[in-house]
Amino acid sequence: MTIAQRGRWVSLVALIFLAGVYVRALVFTPEERTQGLAQKIFYVHVPAAWSAMLAMGLVGLASILFLMMKDYRYDRFAAASAEVGTAFSLVMLTTGPIWAKPVWGTWWTWDARLTLTLFLFFLFVGYQLLRGAVNETSLRARYSAVLGICGLVLLPFIHLSVYLFRTLHPMPIVLKPSAPSLPPSMLITLLSSFAVFTLLYIGFVMQVYGAAAARDAAVGGGR
Amino acid sequence: MLRHAWVIARKDLLLEFRSRTAFVSATVFAALVLTVFEFGRDPTAVATSDLAPSILWVTFTFAGMLALNRAFQLELENQALDALLVAPISRTSLYWAKLVANCIFVGVVEAIALPLFVLFFDVPVGGILLPLIGVIALATVGFIAVGTLFSAMVSRTRFAELMLPVLLLPFLVPPLIGAVQVTAQLLAGRPLSEGEGWLRLLAAYDVAFLTLATLLFPTTVNE
Repeated sequence: MTIAQRGRWVSLVALIFLAGVYVRALVFTPEERTQGLAQKIFYVHVPAAWSAMLAMGLVGLASILFLMMKDYRYDRFAAASAEVGTAFSLVMLTTGPIWAKPVWGTWWTWDARLTLTLFLFFLFVGYQLLRGAVNETSLRARYSAVLGICGLVLLPFIHLSVYLFRTLHPMPIVLKPSAPSLPPSMLITLLSSFAVFTLLYIGFVMQVYGAAAARDAAVGGGR
Repeated sequence: MLRHAWVIARKDLLLEFRSRTAFVSATVFAALVLTVFEFGRDPTAVATSDLAPSILWVTFTFAGMLALNRAFQLELENQALDALLVAPISRTSLYWAKLVANCIFVGVVEAIALPLFVLFFDVPVGGILLPLIGVIALATVGFIAVGTLFSAMVSRTRFAELMLPVLLLPFLVPPLIGAVQVTAQLLAGRPLSEGEGWLRLLAAYDVAFLTLATLLFPTTVNE
């Protein structure tokens, strides 16, 4: 079985679990007192954001590894991760405003995390545009690696600068020094959603990676 | 290394100031952006002092982008870049040469645009000229550092003139926010020390991206 085929199976399993998470989130998880039904979107929004961040982190890491080892598998992985990351950041950027409108009373605000994720999306798009604009394989791999690394360094700066500017986003509730402030039932739903989205990320990346590997093998003898 | 860098930078600047085309276009462009801003606002509703820092920095950003586009375009004619690469100088010197040339080029454009800005918008800068120049220098170096690296990459891609802004603008967000904030504080007559956090951020950005670009530049030009 090729990587792409295995990726398809992983994605399928993840999608089934995703349906399970939805059912659990909508039916078996209590409604939040002040935000009501709108809060349910967290179970999609937050894990999608996690997957998008994971994707960017791995693009950066794969870029560093590519420049160190010149192994084209890292380049292909970075490209696949960026493509999947674009999709997840789009999910995050569409679900966010849907939640924000009833709760904050506005679709969009220039808060630190919102701005950060918007630029994460721009970076992903720029990354792919750059790849599309270079024909030569080795040049494309090196250029996109440089952009991937720079992007990874940029994101903390954007976050810090907008954070200094103003912030409105809910504070972290799971990953914080004290214990998570979610009731257990909500926490389990959220954590299982995290797991499902990570699995989705893996499945999607395997498919994109496998397709790219097959294409490269067909075009130029396995590079 | 620095001597080599200076020789190339000097060559670039000599070319620039003798042919004058790029330089005159960049300056006229900056002046035009300033005028566009004048007519793009409602003078009865928005006070100039509220808008002034943004006007200044958007103008500088656009003019800088224009300047960066030509840094490596220049070397593509007659394969001049190949000649530079065979010359017995390090890739690092080449990066610093382009960096210095770009900084001086953009610096001169800014030095002309700043008085025009003061003239057009009647902004009192008398007492704050020195700290203002310091902030401009700090922010400009940061964005030229990334810009020089990216312009080396995009010069050999398709749609180079379009690719540079798309890739570079996300990277201009931290220096831009910082610069606008400190400029606003200065124009409001508050002391420079109030913007210490921003100045630190600008300095950290400069150091981070100067280092990163110096390390990554060789991979963008090696064959």
